[in-house]
Amino acid sequence: MSFLQIASLNKRFGEHVAVSDVDMNIAEGEFVTFLGPSGCGKTTVLRMIAGFETPDSGSIRVGGQDIVGQAPQKRGIGIVFQNYALFPNLTVEQNIGFGLKVRKLPRADIARKVAEVMKLVELSGKEARYPHQLSGGQRQRVALARALVVEPRILLLDEPLSALDARIRRSLREQIRDIQRRLQLTTVFVTHDQEEALTMSDRIFVMNQGRIEQHGSAEDIYARPSTEFVARFIGNYNLLPAGDAQRLLGVEVSGHMAIRPESIHVLAAGSHELGTLEGTVRRHQLLGGIIRYQVESRGVTLLVDRLNRSLGDLLEVGTPVRLQISPDDMREVR
Amino acid sequence: MKRNGTRVGAWVAMIVGALYFLLPLAATFEFSLKMRRDSYSFDAYRVVLGDPAFRATFGYSAMMALLTIVVGILLVVPTAYWIQLKLPRLRGLVEFITLLPLVIPAIVIVFGYLKLFNSSSWLPLTAHERSTDFLLMASYVTLSLPYLYRSVDTGLRAVDVRGLTEAAQSLGAGWGSILLGVILPNVKAAVLSGAFLTFAVVIGEFTMASLLNRPAFGPYLQLIGANRAYEPSALAIIAFLVTWASMGLLQVVARNIHGTRAETSA
Repeated sequence: MSFLQIASLNKRFGEHVAVSDVDMNIAEGEFVTFLGPSGCGKTTVLRMIAGFETPDSGSIRVGGQDIVGQAPQKRGIGIVFQNYALFPNLTVEQNIGFGLKVRKLPRADIARKVAEVMKLVELSGKEARYPHQLSGGQRQRVALARALVVEPRILLLDEPLSALDARIRRSLREQIRDIQRRLQLTTVFVTHDQEEALTMSDRIFVMNQGRIEQHGSAEDIYARPSTEFVARFIGNYNLLPAGDAQRLLGVEVSGHMAIRPESIHVLAAGSHELGTLEGTVRRHQLLGGIIRYQVESRGVTLLVDRLNRSLGDLLEVGTPVRLQISPDDMREVR
Repeated sequence: MKRNGTRVGAWVAMIVGALYFLLPLAATFEFSLKMRRDSYSFDAYRVVLGDPAFRATFGYSAMMALLTIVVGILLVVPTAYWIQLKLPRLRGLVEFITLLPLVIPAIVIVFGYLKLFNSSSWLPLTAHERSTDFLLMASYVTLSLPYLYRSVDTGLRAVDVRGLTEAAQSLGAGWGSILLGVILPNVKAAVLSGAFLTFAVVIGEFTMASLLNRPAFGPYLQLIGANRAYEPSALAIIAFLVTWASMGLLQVVARNIHGTRAETSA
């Protein structure tokens, strides 16, 4: 049985439909991500789970109990906010211990639990500092520790890494996932960053305009997008309209043909393998470990990703090539 | 060249403005030192400070000011907080209401009180001293609203009220804990600035205290002014010093807390 069940959830702000008929079932201990662009409704769903917004209709059940109408204080849900929301007047230790103090735990117990969770998030030694004396990454770890120390049933994270630089994001991402696995804590993570979603999640719910476009494992979402929106949002899919698909591949589709850039194999221009297409390199971009090419073939421009193994691998603009695309790597999307 | 001209102009304006305020003050101070014939002395100050009526009325007004501040904070802080958090559309209306005491003369307010709460009415607050004190305090709270509400509202706008509230709620805090443990400490400077302004207003208030016949500092100032020569000047200087001390304290407190907030928001 699902630990967190959301059924037919709807929410409107005036004329704007923020959430429309959202259904989700999340197992206990699962790490789930709501992924989508700004305004897609992912934060609104999160806020309804937390109790900060009331749904217009639908139910939210935790452990079989309907929590709609329950005050946020009573839900046993921990939250990490995008802007940390640390209490500026309290030290790190006091911030983390705030929830325990509200629960009237003895001082010794508060001190012990705070020390344990500070060790977990690698913040030991910073107890007496104030939020303004910490870096962004440290503040986020305080926010995480503060949410974890009260032993919530569910942990919600609302774009917690978006204000941080790339290096800190990657490091914190791993840390959050490690902690979640260790504690087996049911977690809902909201982000617009597909890399975060793909690397952290057991399952991803891709949202658009208040609805769930697709949900599944990272592999499912990435390799088998079911809609044009998901294909455009995840990765850098080549999305060929029906006319281009017919011209290039000789395939008839009613929607779009989605092809992953890394699934297109680049062969030398002299290759005579069957089923290959002639093409010309029009542009290349170095993305670190990947080189991204724009290759024109039969009037259609395709993105092609290759590993950047060595300098000699680089194909200059104007180089003729042959492209091989397996039918298994082509996917029609609505 | 133009820049130097602007700077000189600014200095001239500042000096003229300062002289406009400081010269009368200096003249008042100089006059207050002339109680003893042919020499300067603090005799007027000695007479004033030694007057039991001065101590009694100043003490009474100081006590009323403190009560006004406490009641005002209890009224204004939760109201401003709730408006900001849940009812932002009512902000304009509430601001208008809090500005009414600046527009309605104090004498009109007091006559209204006397009509409503006189000894023959349904709630005869003016029938007894303590209840009249309560009425005076309520009128002071009304008078201080424009300063206290604006100050607290400005302080709340500088803080992420919604974020802090939601964080506290998620940790299990009720409204009392949120207000006392999270919101109030973060608007301390604003509350204090409103409190000091309230203190300054109440200490010198005359109309309400006089018409309600209470032994406050304002009527005492007026009485001394009507009957003595040098002591009113001394009293005026003392009143200025009290006000300036309040403002000075406000600056010190606000600077200390402002420094913390500037680092927090970085």
